[in-house]
Amino acid sequence: MKKLGIKISLVFIWVSLANQAFAQTPGLLDGANWITYAIIGLVGFIALFFVIQVADSFLAMQAKTVGVDTEAVNVSIFPKWNEIVGTSNQPSFLKGQEVKKLRKGHDILLEGEAKGVVQNISVRSFAVQPQNFIGMSPIPKLVVEIGQKVQAGEELFFDKKRPEIKYVAPVSGEIVAINRAAKRAINEVVILSDAEITYKVFPAFDLENSSREELVHYLLESGAWTMLRQRPFDLVAESDVVPRDIFISTFDSAPLAPDSNVLVAGREKSFQKGLDVLNKLTNGKVYLGLNGRQLPSPAFRDAQGVEKVYFKGKHPAGNVGVQIHHIKPISAKDKVWTLDVQGVITLGALFLENRFDASRIVALTGAELKEPKYVKTYIGANISELLKDNLANDHIRIISGDVLSGKQKSEKQFLNYYDDQVTVIEEGDDYELFGWLLPLAPRPSISNTFPNFLFPEQKFKANTNTHGEKRAFVVTTDYEQVMPMDILVQPLMKAIMTNDLERMEGLGLLELTEEDVALCEFVCTSKMPLQQLLREGLEAIREQS
Amino acid sequence: MKQALLNLFRKIEPSKEKKLLHTAYDAFFTFAFAPNETTHGGVHIRDGMDLKRTMVHVVLALQLCYVFGTWNIGHQHFVALGEHTAPLAGLHLKILYGLVKLIPIFIVAHVVGLGIEFFYAARKGHSVEEGFLVSGALIPLIMPPDIPLWILGISVAFAVIIGKEAFGGTGMNIWNIALLSRVFIFFAYPTTISGDDVWVAGFSSTTPGSVVEYGWFVTSVLNPILATIGSATFNVQSAIVDGYTGATPLSLASQGGWENVTATYSSSAMLWGAIPGSVGETSKVLVVLGIIFLIVTKIADWRIIVSFLVGAAVTGMLMNLWGVTVFMQVPWYNQFIMGSLLFAAAFMATDPVTASATPTGKLIYGFMIGFIGMVVRVLNPAYPEGWMLAILFMNTFSALIDHYVLEANMKRRMKRAVVTATA
Repeated sequence: MKKLGIKISLVFIWVSLANQAFAQTPGLLDGANWITYAIIGLVGFIALFFVIQVADSFLAMQAKTVGVDTEAVNVSIFPKWNEIVGTSNQPSFLKGQEVKKLRKGHDILLEGEAKGVVQNISVRSFAVQPQNFIGMSPIPKLVVEIGQKVQAGEELFFDKKRPEIKYVAPVSGEIVAINRAAKRAINEVVILSDAEITYKVFPAFDLENSSREELVHYLLESGAWTMLRQRPFDLVAESDVVPRDIFISTFDSAPLAPDSNVLVAGREKSFQKGLDVLNKLTNGKVYLGLNGRQLPSPAFRDAQGVEKVYFKGKHPAGNVGVQIHHIKPISAKDKVWTLDVQGVITLGALFLENRFDASRIVALTGAELKEPKYVKTYIGANISELLKDNLANDHIRIISGDVLSGKQKSEKQFLNYYDDQVTVIEEGDDYELFGWLLPLAPRPSISNTFPNFLFPEQKFKANTNTHGEKRAFVVTTDYEQVMPMDILVQPLMKAIMTNDLERMEGLGLLELTEEDVALCEFVCTSKMPLQQLLREGLEAIREQS
Repeated sequence: MKQALLNLFRKIEPSKEKKLLHTAYDAFFTFAFAPNETTHGGVHIRDGMDLKRTMVHVVLALQLCYVFGTWNIGHQHFVALGEHTAPLAGLHLKILYGLVKLIPIFIVAHVVGLGIEFFYAARKGHSVEEGFLVSGALIPLIMPPDIPLWILGISVAFAVIIGKEAFGGTGMNIWNIALLSRVFIFFAYPTTISGDDVWVAGFSSTTPGSVVEYGWFVTSVLNPILATIGSATFNVQSAIVDGYTGATPLSLASQGGWENVTATYSSSAMLWGAIPGSVGETSKVLVVLGIIFLIVTKIADWRIIVSFLVGAAVTGMLMNLWGVTVFMQVPWYNQFIMGSLLFAAAFMATDPVTASATPTGKLIYGFMIGFIGMVVRVLNPAYPEGWMLAILFMNTFSALIDHYVLEANMKRRMKRAVVTATA
């Protein structure tokens, strides 16, 4: 609605400019003529106002009969003052809370949002994919073999560089395949699950009277340690590190992302227990980032023992990296841990039920699905089983995660370890006549050269076309519109390209992971692969240290 | 229809061995069709905006200047002759004459510039980049209408080869290409682009009594056609009327201050642009429309334009305060409707490649252009206009500005690290 204010002021500028121009033309509007024109203008204005006022009254009457004239909805033609200046009333749940408003960002509105109740779905094959963990060696040490039976929570493999971290089975069943890529790198350890999941039972843990070392050991043994991710670099947490703080974002602002209120429903107790555990792991604080635009679940609002900070803004406000930047940024040598909501739940469930509970609520989203919905399954579910009988056509791209930072998957493959979303969109491998000049199909964009910006609520059916070819950096105004951090993305990317380590670090590379620059990559006019560049830069720094 | 066109393109596709031909083909093909490339690796959907679309919107913003410039070439020509002096009188003659002057400039600029682009793209083995789309549209607008075409060709070749390709192509250049071609002429062939004689088309001198010089195209092609349809023709005998001067408002102002300007041109004429000057920069109203278009579509960064104008205004006020020459005493707000100040702010300073890349840097960059340009305009005794030189000068320093902005950003981060370490 702020845009309306801009539009009105532009009209004013234009009118006054035109006035100026006419005023300088001698004879056109001089002397008595001025008064005549002013009177005509005024009369016309009053007449027009009268007509609009009548229409407005009709509208109000109609709204009353239909019953939509609540306080929250403005049915009038005239915008309310707060709609013009954009200072709408704070929702009541934000009163008295710490709220951070982020002005920059962009919500990509796509068709195919998951809706309705969480449904059960029958998925039998699951996989843990070593390459989901950044920094994992290509061939981790397997402790299971094909044909072996495992229980949920039993170790599958470990990384030879960090043998203390155990990667465990999310479900019970039989190891049916170990899929390898080039050079024998292990891609997938596939488990065919039992109809009834059986769990490896861990000894009960006394959280109150145990030391931090014992807790760390317990988490490592149970496999729940893998829920902890460490920044910089977004690794699985190092076991000998005491993090400065722990951050959890309780909302995901990415396109079509699952609603965290749905994810946590029914598992509030596990979530709170998980937070209690995390408080034991850091000497600093546990920060919870909450959604300031929509009422968060009581599990988040009333969470105990944590610092709550509300974030009000467009995507990427829900990214934990953005939240860290605004709460307490990562500086050199700082190490912080992050978790997602379902990771905290898994952690909490371990202490409540003494088992590794890898159950996940997954949002199946995207315009190419017949029925976008939430389903209940486990970590690493098979994609074809998730999407069974739900695909609208076959010229599609399946993404584990969201359209910005997710990974492309074939139907045979599996959901990535940390993902709780599948997005299915159309492949855009078609030529478009004068597509750059006169785009016929609507497409998401932050640019005002598309008429989209007049309809901010419009939802799009996006496809995977690049809408242009890769170029050198030319435009310098695109990233800054969507980057709500004090980080200059383009200079940072240039520093990465020239492999200038000092400058990369200085410009804030360590505060970022792929998802934080994904929106910049989306808007990039030169179609640069920013996420790939960012990871190259992070790897270069990691090798140095 | 689309499929048929696609098939036609496929049929005429030259083999990839013929590099230059294939590059040219590829340029035209991607002009007609957005390619079928899909995302891989990073994001899965991409914004509809690409470089072609960005560039073409700058060209769109220039269209009003083109239309007006065409008319104004003819209008100024006939005003000098004392014929058809009312704005709409002899409209078709003015438009025809404008086109006769403008089309060759446009063609030469594009053939030379694009030719070099195609050649280098073929040599380097990448697709033709869109940079020249804007440069090629800007160059005709910043030239005097009578610019000799061979000089124009050389200047464009210089700008594209030395200014751009030597640095690695679109996105890598240090100086604004369009201004570089103009500054080349300014220093190599000064008489064709400065002085009072060059801003009105059709005369080698603007002293009263000089006879008009029409080329063969006007006398032996246009005139017979016009005569057959019974319309007014170009009069080959006419000469410049008494009391006429081809001087621009700026040179009048530098000689005798604001009174001297208004004695010849009314402020509304300067505002609407019916004055002698380079082809596309005279109409301030249309340039302001272009500015609004560029800012609303976010093609140009408002920071540069606003800080440029603020810089120019502040410097203008300082000059008013100082006030030792007649030019300094020209009220600062009147500086805005003289010369190419607004055109430079809208289209030249905002070139994202040569401007500073950081938001803070842009504010400094724009302000400094406004300041330096105004100083050059008012204090330079030889040539009363400064934007070309000011912008090229600040192009050179934009990287330095960015450097300090980045240093500040890095220092901020370092400071924070120290604070958290001690806390």
